[in-house]
Formats: sequence, structure tokens, C-alpha cells
Amino acid sequence: MRYAMAIDTKKCVGCSDCVVACQVENNVPIGHCRDWVIEATSGTYPDLSMEFRTERCNHCTDAPCVRCCPTEASHIVDGGIVLVDANECIGCKACIESCPYDARYIHPEGHVDKCTFCIHRVEKGENPACVSVCPTKCMYFGDTDDPNSEISQLLRKRKWKTLIPEAGTKPNIYYLT
Amino acid sequence: MPKTLNRRDFIRISSLGLGGLAAANPIFDWLSGSVMANESLQETIKRIPTYCEVCFWKCAGWAHLNEKGDIWKLTGNDNDPHCNGRFCPRGTGGVGMYYDDDRLKTPLIRTEVNGKQTYREASWNEAFDYIAKKMKKIADEHGPECIALFSHGSGGKHFGRMIKAFGSPNITAPSYAQCRGPREVGFFATFGEGIGSPERVDIRDTDCLVLIGSHIGENMHNGQVQEMSDAIDKGATIITVDPRFSTAASKSKHWLPIKPSTDMALLLSWIHVIINKEWYDKKYVDKYTFGFDELKEHVKSFTPEWAYGITTIKPNVIRKTAKEMANAAPSVIIHPGRHVTWYGDDTQRLRAVAILNALLGSWGRRGGFYNPEKKKIAKLDLPKFPKPKKTWRDAFPGQFKLAGLALASGICDATIPTVKRDCSFKGWIVNGTNLISTLPNQANTIEAIQNLDLMVVIDTMPMEITGYADVVLPECTYLERYDNLRVSGHREPTIALRAPAAEPKYDSKPAWWMAKELSNRLGLQDYFPFETEEEELDWQLKKVGLSLEEMKKIGLKKFDRQYDDLYPLEGLPDYEFNTNTGKIELYSTSMEDEGYDPLPNYTAHEEPPTDFYRLIYGRAPMHTFSRTANNPNLTDLMDENKVWVNPKVAKEWGLKNNQEVWLENQDGVVTSFPIKVRVTERIRWDSVYMIHGFGHTDKRLSRAYGRGASDAELITKSNIDPVMGGTGMRVNFVTFLTEAPTKGAA
Amino acid sequence: MIEEIIVSGRMNPEIDPYLHVWGWEIPFYLFIGGLVAGILFFSALYTIRGKENEYPSAVKIAPMFTPILLGLGLSALLLDLSHKLYFWQLYTNIRWESPMSWGAWTLMIIYPLTIVWSALWVKDVFPKWNWRYQWLEETIETIRQYKRQMAWILMVLSIILGMYTGILLSAFNARPFWNTAILGPLFLTSGLSAGAALIMLLSKTTKEKHLFARIDLMLIGTELFLIIHLFMGLLAGTQVHIEAAKLFLGGEFTNSFWIFVVFGGLIFPATLEILELRKIKIPHYISAILVLFGSLALRFIVVDAGQASRWLY
Ligand SMILES: Nc1nc2c(c(=O)[nH]1)N[C@H]1C(S)=C(S)[C@@H](COP(=O)(O)OP(=O)(O)OC[C@H]3O[C@@H](n4cnc5c(=O)[nH]c(N)nc54)[C@H](O)[C@@H]3O)O[C@H]1N2
Ligand SMILES: Nc1nc2c(c(=O)[nH]1)N[C@H]1C(S)=C(S)[C@@H](COP(=O)(O)OP(=O)(O)OC[C@H]3O[C@@H](n4cnc5c(=O)[nH]c(N)nc54)[C@H](O)[C@@H]3O)O[C@H]1N2
Ligand code: SF4
Ligand code: SF4
Ligand code: SF4
Ligand code: SF4
Ligand code: SF4
Ligand SMILES: [Mo]
Repeated sequence: MRYAMAIDTKKCVGCSDCVVACQVENNVPIGHCRDWVIEATSGTYPDLSMEFRTERCNHCTDAPCVRCCPTEASHIVDGGIVLVDANECIGCKACIESCPYDARYIHPEGHVDKCTFCIHRVEKGENPACVSVCPTKCMYFGDTDDPNSEISQLLRKRKWKTLIPEAGTKPNIYYLT
Repeated sequence: MPKTLNRRDFIRISSLGLGGLAAANPIFDWLSGSVMANESLQETIKRIPTYCEVCFWKCAGWAHLNEKGDIWKLTGNDNDPHCNGRFCPRGTGGVGMYYDDDRLKTPLIRTEVNGKQTYREASWNEAFDYIAKKMKKIADEHGPECIALFSHGSGGKHFGRMIKAFGSPNITAPSYAQCRGPREVGFFATFGEGIGSPERVDIRDTDCLVLIGSHIGENMHNGQVQEMSDAIDKGATIITVDPRFSTAASKSKHWLPIKPSTDMALLLSWIHVIINKEWYDKKYVDKYTFGFDELKEHVKSFTPEWAYGITTIKPNVIRKTAKEMANAAPSVIIHPGRHVTWYGDDTQRLRAVAILNALLGSWGRRGGFYNPEKKKIAKLDLPKFPKPKKTWRDAFPGQFKLAGLALASGICDATIPTVKRDCSFKGWIVNGTNLISTLPNQANTIEAIQNLDLMVVIDTMPMEITGYADVVLPECTYLERYDNLRVSGHREPTIALRAPAAEPKYDSKPAWWMAKELSNRLGLQDYFPFETEEEELDWQLKKVGLSLEEMKKIGLKKFDRQYDDLYPLEGLPDYEFNTNTGKIELYSTSMEDEGYDPLPNYTAHEEPPTDFYRLIYGRAPMHTFSRTANNPNLTDLMDENKVWVNPKVAKEWGLKNNQEVWLENQDGVVTSFPIKVRVTERIRWDSVYMIHGFGHTDKRLSRAYGRGASDAELITKSNIDPVMGGTGMRVNFVTFLTEAPTKGAA
Repeated sequence: MIEEIIVSGRMNPEIDPYLHVWGWEIPFYLFIGGLVAGILFFSALYTIRGKENEYPSAVKIAPMFTPILLGLGLSALLLDLSHKLYFWQLYTNIRWESPMSWGAWTLMIIYPLTIVWSALWVKDVFPKWNWRYQWLEETIETIRQYKRQMAWILMVLSIILGMYTGILLSAFNARPFWNTAILGPLFLTSGLSAGAALIMLLSKTTKEKHLFARIDLMLIGTELFLIIHLFMGLLAGTQVHIEAAKLFLGGEFTNSFWIFVVFGGLIFPATLEILELRKIKIPHYISAILVLFGSLALRFIVVDAGQASRWLY
């Protein structure tokens, strides 16, 4: 099983609903976030193009944050979800330095925190909070090991990219373009 | 007896003892993230139905309570066609409204201490007695009609009942003359029906969506955003006309970067092309419309070449996009927009939009405009309202004859006495509208307020308007109260319930209770026959075979349509329109009767002088006007606005990204606060753009005070729509001040 | 090419808009690590070569500082941890893939060794010293017999420690400026150079001073060579590596790096050392202090710049 997310940049409007939903669902303290939104514009008026995409931890298959963690606080669980155990984390921040996506932050309590793919919801068969709130339904969550899952089908049908594949992390968030 | 204060100083003392910010306030901890941070995840123990009040799309949803019984999160109701189970960011962040510790906490009454005006905390009884006494005095001296209710939002219905019972018909909302009024009038004149809210546009099923200024995606009206996304999925063509590269523009096959204020020329030229090339729906036009020949004659000269000179949109683009629309017809929507009070000829522009839709046969057809249906609910058994002797219209003889609703700006203007008026307004009850940053020309609004004998403001937050009130009544948020049933029209009729998910915080109360208590003191108790709002709702629900108890479980009830007429003109049946001719009036007889152009004409609008840029404004997806500017969750996403400047202009002025500037308008008005520059290709060089709702001047708004600048301050001028009194607000020009202005700066 | 990127909805402290989760503590810790490595290396080297008495400052005196220095370094590391009460978790795991982990373990091993190693020389340095407990005295005497073996161990450990201070950073693929194999040798060299400088400061004989001045000169030469290679490597890399190099070639770290590290910490002291070796009277502590300062500055700037360099996407 390999959980992954696909985000359709053709539909995302950059509204940040995914960000508030995550904040509320997961008690992310005000002033911090586990996910965020990028608006990238290119061209000169009036020949312009723009991409919106929501970003978060990529739950990398080859996760440098897990490798560099001295305590095993950062670890990978079934389905490839990368998690941080707050009670094992010493706050050395090596994992933050190691993440090319800046997907982690320091919780005011001291430990490092990040997207959990809402494992507590996924375990109950629900979608992550951000996915389930997105008004444009541009986010898809599922198992890429299952060829029949919606996400696998989408990835076969549509063109996609991942973020900084050169960094060698093998990200599991796909952006449909 | 408190003496009358004739001059209302704006009170913005931050140290008012507003119930005090108790140090042990859990919200403090919550905001700083220390409570529950390390606690394991929360769970929904209970959910209470509500419908969202962060904007007026009114999505139905749930307030989830966690183990502690606190409001945890808000989610959409899966069965609600307004939201399909998904709130927009503002709705999701609505919790912040409840937890905001800057909320109004107790009733306040204006008093004078040592020559300085301030507020004192008052009990509800004191506040009501004070208001009732003043209202009666105004009624005795000038007539009850001289009290107006300004309201935007749910509470309006309750205060509306009270004020009508009192004898005043003057109930107004800024959502008409500052928002969608011209659209309703323009469409009514054409089809005999307005658009309404939620808009009756069948975006979900359309093949071609044309957005003229309408910036869906930033304008986060939920259902439309969702359906636009569905349309993208289906491969519908989107055409966006906007001087700014909007979010919608970035999703469009064609973006027409129009010169602002020239949309009418584009619309007329599209009509010209569609008629000339005979791309219109002949059967539909023959069967349903009136005045086609006059229209054809009228648009003869409006060629794409003519429009090019005005709009800067190339003729071949105009032709190509007209063809796209025609190819998709009748599954095409030339979207009527919502905030359409732009340049003063807005009703006519919306007439052109309506005509274009009529030519393409999209009205009443699948993928065009559907026919919404509302569930009828029983009216309360109330005594008849007294018949008013005069209305706001008397202040404007011969003007705005097609205005369907009262004009907020009109009542404001009519409050300033003139020799001719026998009664200027003497009392305002302002519920849920921040008139200071909502109406054009702040100085005028403040002058009007100075002429009042009574101003009552009902609000949840210490917004600017509360600083001018004689009495401030703190309403509890929508999460802490019942309100009227939501019965807005949609593809299927629905009824949605709002029930309180928590006790009102502090000493705040629901509007229903306030209106009832005030009515009691005004001798109008018969208009509030029920003891509690629950009883009233239960009575109403029982009339449609439901009950409050059941609704609390389901939140929303969907009904079948009474008739199968979602797309009433599908298959071209005989149909009578609610117009003078019974037809779709391409040529408007009602406009002609009242002395307005029966066919829309292009008028050139004033251009910015040298070194000035047109001020255009819009929405950010995570904020609603000024009402969310202090919401902790939403300010976390965006806590200030920026002024968008084209790189060419930035270069000319030597402006850098994030540099602070002040904006000065054509009348020499300077923003109270500096605003950061955003240098971006997304805006034309002849305009600057900013998000409405920032630059708050009330210090009691700890997160919003002084963040960004207010577009409303700069809108000193507006072009009044002669047809219905809308205030065209995109007629102001601004220039940059790179140094702090010497006086008036904050 | 993308002209405008707006990141909305995020403002994580110390991460946005610029990464700065590592402040002064980590570079200080790395400096101390390097310095200790340098001291131990020379102490071990000249012990092995049997020159204890020829170069007493290097072999005997300088190591006395290492337990204190390491204490300071470890305190800095502890200060940096944002979840301090859980620091013991470091020692419930051994994670070979994590430089942070094996660094912590290396220090764990080196720390007691430095104490023992200093203890071996206490009586040489302070002839009146009394260990008070007989068993202590005896134990130390026993260990003394194995000092050559111990020196070998220390030499290996000191090289590991010195390299570690660089590898800790270069292991981070995510920070293009750090992500170069040269950082390990560079930090090792710089640590040795700092060690040599400290020995110079402590030494009383011209012979010892001149030896370490010569060694230092060699190390400085190596450092300059490595620095040139570092930039050549980056400039020959991908766009992100070029961007990272640009931070030092016109970018925000240009002045601080070239003035404080390269000139003030390497070229200028090297010049002074050459002059000194040519018997021109210059107080030797000037160059030594400059070298130490340069070595410290190098850590600070590299740690900052690495955090400022990022993948573009
Ligand atoms: N300059 C400028 N002016 C504009 C616009 C613009 O874009 N720019 N837009 C126009 C448009 S389209 C519209 S619709 C209008 C909207 O204008 P308004 O309706 O005035 O909008 P807000 O600024 O949100 O003001 C709402 C007020 O209601 C309060 N409030 C929020 N919730 C509650 C509640 O539950 N109970 C009570 N009693 N009060 C509550 C808020 O604190 C706030 O003071 O503005 C128009 N005016
Ligand atoms: N997030 C969010 N959503 C909202 C609201 C909110 O406060 N926040 N408010 C709701 C309300 S009440 C309303 S009325 C609607 C308003 O939303 P819309 O009806 O979409 O409002 P407009 O005024 O058409 O939108 C502003 C757009 O018009 C463009 N524009 C400016 N001048 C011109 C011009 O001359 N010609 C053309 N073609 N375009 C121009 C601007 O660049 C901007 O993109 O939004 C609703 N949705
Ligand atoms: S909620 Fe959906 S549309 Fe909005 S920013 Fe997030 S992914 Fe994009
Ligand atoms: S995105 Fe960053 S935090 Fe997430 S798994 Fe990859 S490296 Fe680790
Ligand atoms: S900060 Fe915590 S999770 Fe990150 S590497 Fe250090 S111990 Fe592991
Ligand atoms: S999956 Fe869950 S934790 Fe991750 S960003 Fe979405 S809501 Fe937040
Ligand atoms: S569109 Fe958003 S803010 Fe408006 S009612 Fe719906 S959820 Fe609330
Ligand atoms: Mo509006």
C-alpha cells in the first residue's frame, strides 16, 4: 500500500481552504501550518499563465527527514506515511534542514510537526481533512499500489509532475497539469 | 436623562472596559497554541446544524463539538446544494469568529465624561429603554418612517419585522445599491425575472462560461466555485473579461484583458457579431423575444473594429469568442456577475448581458439559466403592519424609478436635511453592515450620521460603524443562536436550520431576542407572539411536516420540485414572461416608459489623469469584505491587502515589492495607513487593484487595525445609476505617495 | 521561467520567509567540535611521534581545554534543541544514517576520553597536583602505559569528529550550498587549523610556535584550495548550485565571507605567519586569534548560507 495525493492544478483556485481545514482539524496552532498554497505566475501582461497548487509534506518514499533523524522520532508507517512522534523528538531540527520542501515546522511545544496525511481519518476510511474540504474537488487521495484506485487511474490518464524530483526524495504528491 | 449628543465623535478608545480581557481566558491559550497542542486528536462528540453566516451564500453545515463540548470545527452538509458538503475557506474558518476575543461583549451607551465622548457598559434593559424612548420620540416628532433599518444578514429579518410593525418601510441593505441591484433590474427588464441568490446559473452543465469581471475563484461563492470546477473537468470553454489576470482568467481558454470601464462596447460588439453572422438562436428569438429588429438596427455600427478602439480587445478575438459562445449555445452562460455597481451605467450593461443571453437562447435552458424553486413556508400569524405614509422614494422624486428595493446610499443621502425634504431620516438601526467601509464617500456617510437623533448598531465586532453609534448591541455569532429557516431557491427546494452550538459568549444575545425585547417596549409585542425563537421555528417547521427536533438531527431537508420546470424553455414550449409584452424584451418597454434608453448604449467614462490609475478592487478567497479582517484563523492566511501595480508603472515610480506607499485619490484623500506594493504582471498599467475590507481604523480590532489600506476611504466619488440608484464605485483614481503624508497619517 | 511566486497561508516561524532554524548554537557547536578535533589530533600525533616534551603545549596543555570546550559545545547543542527534556532520546537510538546521531555518539565517546587524556598530563603540567585517591592515581598510571595506543584511538576519533562537523551539513541534499563533498575536508582542515592556532597561542617556545605556524600555513593553503574547489564545483553544478554559489559571488554573503573568512581568517593571518617565520617581529597571538576567529566565522556563514540556499521550484 502506498498512500499518495494528486492535485489537479487545472482546478485548484488557491483559496487556502485546505490550509484552514488542516489547521482546525489537526489543532495546528495559529501562526503555523502543515500545508500552504503556491501561486506561480509567468509571462508578461497580457501573455500570462498561472499555476495554483497546494503543498504539504510529500511523504517521500526516500525520505531524507527520516534518514537524518537521530532518534527515530521521524518514521514511516504502513502505507508510506511519514510521521513524527512528538515524544521521541528532541527538536534538533535536522529533519527541517533535510526537507527540500520546507514541509516541517517547530510546534510551539518544541517538537517538530508536519502533515500526517490525516492518518487518524484515513484509518477510519475518511479522506484527509484538506481533501474532504476542497471546494474545487481538485485533491485526490488514495493508494497508488492499487491500479484500480481513482488516483492510479488519474495518474495513468493525465499528465503529472512531482516537486523537485531531482532532489531524489521520490515524492508521493502528484500535480496534474 | 442622558442628554442628546449632537456631534458623534468616532470613539476608538482601546481601553474601554469591554468586559475585560480576562487573563484566564482559554482563547488566549488557544490562540497561542498551548492548549491541546500535545493532546491527542479531537473527536466529534456531537454536531449541531447551522448555516454559515460568513457570507450570504448561506451554506448549510455542521458545528462539531469536541470531547470538552467546545466548538471544534465546521463542515458542510453533504445534502446541501449550496455547498455539497464543502465549506469555503471562510466558512471553514468561521470558528475564528466565535473565538475572536475582540468581540463586542456588552451593550454600550454613548456618554460624555469630562467633555470627552466615550461608551459606558450598560445592561440590556438600560439599552432597550434608551432606544425605545428615542424611537418613540422620533416617531412622535417626525413619524416612524424617519427611522431606517440598514441590515445585511440574518438579523435583518427580525429587526425588519420590528421596524415594519413600528411603521417604517425603510429597510435597506448595501447588497442592493452597492452590489447586485443593477443586475436584478437589468434582467427583470429583459426577462421579467431577476437572478436572485444563489445565482440561477447552471454552471455545472454549461459548455461555455463567460465571466465579465466576475472573479469566481476569488469571489468564493461556494456553489459557483464548485460548479466552475466541474465545468473545467468536463472541458467547458471559459472566457474571462477582466483587466486583471484573475484566477478565473488563468483557467480560461480566452482571457480578454479589457480596458476597464469599456465592457459595454465589447458586449454591444458581441451582439453585433452574433446578429450579423446569424449565430443567434433563431427559433428561440422568434418565439420568445420582443424588439429584435430594433436591436439589429441599433447594433449595426458596433463592429469589432469599433470596439477594438475602445476596449483594446482585438477584432478577431471578439469574433472568435462570439463564435465560441454561439457554438456552445444554448449551453452557454454570459454570467451576470454579482457586484455590478461599477460605472453608473450598470443597469444598461446588465441589460446588454441579458440580451446576449437571450440571443443565444440560454435563459431557461440546460447549461444556461435554470429556474430555481423555493420551499414555501407558512407566514407567522401576525397583526397587519401599519401602512406607512411615506417612503425613502419621496426623497428622490422622479429618480431611480426602477429600483426594486430601498437604496442604502439613498437613505444615507436623504438623512442629510435639505429645505425641500419634509422628513430627513432621524434614526438608523444598523445591523450587520459596516456602512463606513461599505458605502461610497465616507465623509458623506459620517455627515449623515451627525444628523441623526439615534443610531443603534447591532454587530458582533467593534467595527468602525460601532464607533459612531449611540447604542451598540452585541450580537452573538451565528454559532451561538437560532435564526430564521433558510429557504433560498435552488435546483431543488431545501430548508436548512441554524441552531446554537454554544451558549452566547460574554453578554451577547441573538437578534431575535433583541427585536422581541425592543418590540415589547415599543408596545409591539403582538408581532412576536412566541416566547422563544425555538417555539417559532418549531411552529413553522410543523407546518411543513417537520419539527425542530427532527431538523436538529438532519440540519437540512430537501424537497422534490413541485413542477418539472428546471429548464422551462427546453423544447421551446409556449411561455409567457412577466414583462409588459409577455416576451423577453430585447427592447425594453419598461425602460422606455420610464424615460430610459430601451436599448443599451455605450458611454465613454472618465479616464485617469496623468500619474493617476483607476482604482479597482475585488475579493480575496479567504476574506469576506471587512467582516473577517480580525478573524484569527483567516488573518493567519492573509492579514493585509497589497496594492497591485504593473511592473511598468512600478519602474516609472521606482516602486519595489513590499515597499509601503500611501494612496491619494483624485480628491486629495489619502489612505489612513500605508499599503505594501505588489509588483505584478497580473494587473494592467492603467489601473491598480486591491482587496476590499482592510485598513481598519478601529484599534479594538487587534489583528486588523492598521493592516493594509481601505479601498472604501478612496472611493469618495461614485457614478449614480439613473435607472435604479446603484453607486458605480470604479470611477476613482489614485496616485502613489512614497513618503508618509504630513498630516492625517496614522 | 516563473516571474512571480506567491506563497500564501504559511508563515512558520524560523522557516518563513527564510529558513533559520539553526541560529548561533549549531555553528558554535561545530566550531568547538572542529577545534577540539584539531587539538586532539596534534596532541595524539606528537604523542605517537614521541615528542611530548618537545611540544608540551600541543601534547599536554592544549588537551586540558578539551573537556571544557566540549562541555561548552554540548551545552550549545542542548540549547539548540527545542524539545530539550527529551534529549535523552538521542542515546536510546543509534542511527547510522543520521550524522546527528553518530555525531552525538562520537562525542559521547570522545568526551570521557578527553577527560582521561587530560588527566594523563595533569601531573606534567601541574607538578604539585595531588589526585587525593590512591586508586585514581594508580588507574591513571596504568592507563599512561597505554598512552600510545590511546593516542591512535584519539587520532582516528578526532578525524571522525572533524569530518563530522562538515558532514553533518553536507549530508543535507536539501540545501544546495551544503550539499558538497568538500565541506567535510574543509571543516576538518579548518578545525585542524583552529587547533594549531590555539596551540600557537599556548606555546611558550619559538620552536613549537614556528612548527605550528608552518603547519597552520599548510592548512590555510589547503583550505584556500578547498574553498576554490567548493565554488568551482558549485558553479559547475545545476542551476540551484549556481544560485547557491551566487550567494557568495555578489549575493548576501559576499562581504562577510570574503572579508572575514577568506581575507581576515586565512590570507591575512597567513601573511603574518610568513612574516613571522621570516623573523619579522609580529606578536604571534594576532595571527592565531585571527585564524580562530576566521574558523568560527566560516561555521556561522556556512550554516546561514546553507539555510538560505534552496531548491527552486
Ligand atoms: N469599497 C467597497 N465597498 C463595497 C464593496 C467593495 O467591494 N468595495 N462591496 C459591496 C458589496 S458587493 C456588498 S454586498 C457590501 C457588503 O457590505 P457589508 O454587509 O457592510 O459587509 P461587511 O463589511 O462584511 O459588514 C458586515 C458587518 O456585519 C458584522 N457582522 C458579522 N456577523 C454578524 C452577525 O452575525 N450579526 C451581526 N449583527 N453583525 C455581524 C461585521 O462585524 C461587520 O461589521 O459592500 C459593498 N461595498
Ligand atoms: N471570498 C469572497 N467571496 C465573495 C465575497 C467576499 O467578500 N469574499 N463577497 C460576495 C459578494 S456580496 C459579491 S457581490 C461578490 C462579488 O464578486 P463579483 O461579482 O465576482 O465581483 P466583481 O466586482 O465583478 O469582481 C471584481 C473583478 O472585476 C474586475 N474588474 C474591475 N474593473 C473592471 C472592468 O471595468 N471591467 C471588467 N470586465 N472587470 C473589471 C476586477 O479585476 C476583479 O477581478 O463576491 C461574493 N463572494
Ligand atoms: S482548497 Fe482546493 S482549491 Fe483551495 S487552495 Fe486548497 S487545493 Fe486549491
Ligand atoms: S516532504 Fe520533507 S518532511 Fe515530508 S517526507 Fe519528504 S523530506 Fe520528509
Ligand atoms: S527534530 Fe525531532 S523529528 Fe526532527 S530530526 Fe530531530 S529528533 Fe528527529
Ligand atoms: S493531509 Fe491532513 S495533515 Fe496533511 S495537510 Fe491535509 S489536512 Fe493537513
Ligand atoms: S460561501 Fe463560504 S462563507 Fe459563504 S456561506 Fe458558504 S461557506 Fe460560508
Ligand atoms: Mo455583494
